[in-house]
Amino acid sequence: MSINKATVSGFAIIALSATVATAREQVQIAGSSTVLPYASIVAEAFGENFGFPTPVVESGGSSAGLKRFCEGVGENTIDIANASRKIRDKELSACADAGVTDIIEVRIGYDGIVFASQQDGPAYNDFTPSQWYLALASQIPGEDGALVDNTNSTWADVDAALPAEEILAFIPGTKHGTREVFEEKVILQGCEDTGALERMTSAGMSEDDAETACMSIRADGRSVDIDGDYTETLSRIQSDANGIGVFGLSFYENNTDKLKVATMNGVTPSTETIASGEYPVSRPLYFYIKAAHLGVIPGLKEYAEFFVSDDIAGPGGPLSDYGLVPDPELAATQATVSDETTMK
Amino acid sequence: MTDATANTAPAGAGQGSLLIKDSRTAKRNGAEGRFKMYGLIAVCIGIAMLILLLTSILTSGLSAFWQTTIQIEVTLPEEKLDKSGVRDPEVMAKVTTFGYAPLLRDGLEATIAANGIETELSAKDAAELISDESVAQLRNRVLRNPDLIGQTVSVEVMASGRIDGFYKGRVTYASAERDTNISPAQLQLAEALEDKGLLNTSFNWLFLTAPDASDTRPEAAGLGVAILGSLYMMLIVLVLALPIGVAASVYLEEFAPQNRWTDLVEVNISNLAAVPSIVFGILGLAIFINFAGLPQSAPIVGGLVLTLMTLPTIIIATRAALKSVPPSIRDAALGLGASRMQSVFHHVLPLAMPGILTGTILGLAQALGETAPLLLIGMVAFVREYPEAPWEGGLFDPATALPVQVFNWTQRSDPAFVERASGAIIVLLVFLLLMNLTAIFLRRRFERRW
Repeated sequence: MSINKATVSGFAIIALSATVATAREQVQIAGSSTVLPYASIVAEAFGENFGFPTPVVESGGSSAGLKRFCEGVGENTIDIANASRKIRDKELSACADAGVTDIIEVRIGYDGIVFASQQDGPAYNDFTPSQWYLALASQIPGEDGALVDNTNSTWADVDAALPAEEILAFIPGTKHGTREVFEEKVILQGCEDTGALERMTSAGMSEDDAETACMSIRADGRSVDIDGDYTETLSRIQSDANGIGVFGLSFYENNTDKLKVATMNGVTPSTETIASGEYPVSRPLYFYIKAAHLGVIPGLKEYAEFFVSDDIAGPGGPLSDYGLVPDPELAATQATVSDETTMK
Repeated sequence: MTDATANTAPAGAGQGSLLIKDSRTAKRNGAEGRFKMYGLIAVCIGIAMLILLLTSILTSGLSAFWQTTIQIEVTLPEEKLDKSGVRDPEVMAKVTTFGYAPLLRDGLEATIAANGIETELSAKDAAELISDESVAQLRNRVLRNPDLIGQTVSVEVMASGRIDGFYKGRVTYASAERDTNISPAQLQLAEALEDKGLLNTSFNWLFLTAPDASDTRPEAAGLGVAILGSLYMMLIVLVLALPIGVAASVYLEEFAPQNRWTDLVEVNISNLAAVPSIVFGILGLAIFINFAGLPQSAPIVGGLVLTLMTLPTIIIATRAALKSVPPSIRDAALGLGASRMQSVFHHVLPLAMPGILTGTILGLAQALGETAPLLLIGMVAFVREYPEAPWEGGLFDPATALPVQVFNWTQRSDPAFVERASGAIIVLLVFLLLMNLTAIFLRRRFERRW
């Protein structure tokens, strides 16, 4: 042990003495893997067109990115955290404790969440949130509001209009931001639509307990959590003809030759229907800027302004071509960035 | 087991002829035959797995080394690119890639018309045949050589990922029917361009030299930054781990007294060799980035972390090599009046060198394929800028590594990245093969036997 300790501290000394003139030249970004493709598209175009080096973009998830963002202020901390959800109060206070007090919140647009299956698979063409709730909930309340185990084994059990195929859904694992949206906008919505939520509360359950019961997903193998990426979901779908998976809109649009998308409440997902709010399952995407780094790290503000410019994030720009739903209030976001308006 | 019973066979059984096998001998021979067969089957299973792995990687990855390009004539009008007319690259840089994109579109349209190709596609749809990367390439070319403005130049542009995939069998007319990113009419146009000799497929050097590219341009993604990053880290590991590892092993093996302390050190070294590599990443983040303040995503941190990881491997290999030098060599040197240090440096170390180098190279190869510790120090990232040369501080610039690039590309949504990822695996395997061959060569060439 002593030798290892000596070598480690030796390294630290080497390292300390070596930190001469390492002023960081490039913007450092980390966070959501959903925002990563958009951020790398912007970073690439930024590096091509401006006199600054191309920013370095890491993925690793919204929570991991925000955690690193809140580690403190200084050159060896990141400048921007990408997130597929809003920053939480807990994270804001962690940030404040570490001295990261001035944060600029930038909403870049919306991401659609779609349900797709094998191109030649069963006719999974149209769904409603109620059907998804009845198919995937672990327990469903009976007429009297008492919870009984979900016995639906085929989609036809859920709704006679659906194909008589075994239920097999590949949904994002709990570490993904997408899972939260799926639970709230599809499963909870279905729970309300079917009247299950009301039956539970009128049977004496508290509102919170009833919502938790709504959103608990069955664990008998009919719903499979995918902790990896959409590429993993795609390969599972390709090997299971009756499987249906949850994807991001941009991933689906890149793989339309292999996937068939289902409508939700009769609305086909597209950047237009999501922007207009007709397609119900979508969520805003954000990035957070450390205001203390503005003016210190070269190109940070220019990158942020370039990201939200009409050329990039507006309709018809490279981001919307790739599947980002443009924010109708982009002008307000542009003002936030150029005025460096921080969160309160 | 059969041997034991055969040896204690009763005396009466030993009277048979050597030429006639008795039942026990037949049984023993049979057991041996079966064991050989099991061994052979095990080897065959291993080889079959290897062949399966290699064929799957080669079939999906070899095509990454080829790239489809299109030859087009582009007019570079002065009024669009340099209104001032002074040909100053700094002023001209105000025209972004958004200003150059229409030029390529018009150029392709003009090329199509000039070659008499009929197509119902609009100029915008036809331009989807061209990679977005070529716009940036054209802009860089003009900025480097402003005199091109006003001329019509011939440029070779990369075809987009889907068109490239068409010539690699990934995209077909049937799949294009369903694909929103490509239409059969665009494929027809590509074939028409090929008939006129304007669309060619050639060896893709850019795959080895270009930096990573974003999700919208898989055709432009290359391994340049990753190869440099891996090289830098290997350099750091070699420079740090070899002297430290050899010094530690020589001391432990030749000079240290045998007591509880050295036993403890020994146990710890063997233990460290088996620690999961992610642990070293956590250590690296805590010590090198948070405490020592080294930059994130930099090969220097990656190299230091991998050095920590490789040290136990090198120490163990070096000690084994030192142990295998016969004591008679040391005794002879000491007997002739050499000091302990002279006997080690003049006689033992040179004889142990092939073993030490083999161990070091195997340790390096292990470090080359490591991703997990790099995850925490920010090297699993999208990096497009090449790091500077090592003597210009390049070890502190952001970079990625080969296994990291494989990991990154398998997460991308465009199917063209599957091919890129497999191509990167092939490059990684070639590097590993070269390192292992060097190790075998050193062993064969310099090893002494007693």
